[in-house]
Amino acid sequence: MTNQTTPEVSDTDLVARAKAGELDAFETLTNRYAQRVYSLTLRMLRQEQDAEDVTQQTFLSALENLGGFRGDASFATWLLRIATHAALKVIRKRKGLDTISLEAATEEADSYGTIPHPEYIADWRQSPEELVRKHEIQRLLDDALAKLDHKHRLVFLLRDIEGMSVKETAEALGLSEANTKVRLLRARLQLREQLTRILGDPDRRVVQTHPPTEQEH
Amino acid sequence: MKCAELLATLNEYVDGTVDPAICEEFEKHMAGCNPCQVVVDNIRQTITLFKEGKPYDLPITFRQRLHSALRQRWRETHCRKP
Repeated sequence: MTNQTTPEVSDTDLVARAKAGELDAFETLTNRYAQRVYSLTLRMLRQEQDAEDVTQQTFLSALENLGGFRGDASFATWLLRIATHAALKVIRKRKGLDTISLEAATEEADSYGTIPHPEYIADWRQSPEELVRKHEIQRLLDDALAKLDHKHRLVFLLRDIEGMSVKETAEALGLSEANTKVRLLRARLQLREQLTRILGDPDRRVVQTHPPTEQEH
Repeated sequence: MKCAELLATLNEYVDGTVDPAICEEFEKHMAGCNPCQVVVDNIRQTITLFKEGKPYDLPITFRQRLHSALRQRWRETHCRKP
């Protein structure tokens, strides 16, 4: 097979070969990242057909614009940014927000002043390492993500699951870094709340005995 | 530092980008506030769990369609006759 992923060949080499006209090199890059792009867009869009369409658009767009890829960011980050732009278009179309940016539509609600304080606080019964060995945990994680508002989910996906920096996440989503940070905090806190209600040990639940804003040390 | 202030600097603390002076205050608060300590532990565990989660499988039929589309686009853009 000519398309088999060969981990010893770097993305940089494959990009250079693809730019020089080798389709095989681009197909190897596609094999390397298609699952990651599909998985990201499926989590963003929650709809398989839309995720397939956006994944295909992403690689076609990457193929056509490869000449413009300068390597300032990694190839993976560049691809994920293309995928995010395409996914945002689908989200805007669904919401009828073609002419209004997501930032403008939602900026007002994002401030630290309205961050909800954690409610269910407890040590978990098992460590994350023990939990990932169990098959059913993935369903739990995907269900928790699905419950987030998309503006919080998108930031969490790019920053914490894909490992982009705050700056890269902000650029990909067309947000300010400040707004990205608030959304990330909201996403992390909401996911913590959901997971702790399921994975927390009721016998080790900590009840806050003071109003959350008054405790000072 | 109050609990709400700790919450506002939680991202920077768990990402290791917090200012050293604030970090000291943060840790001083946690040492005397068990709920905040547990929340910080929970947040770290939550992030770890998602980072180590599995991606969705790519449907086989879609993989084939994707490669067909790429080859077709490649032919259109690279094999134009003069």
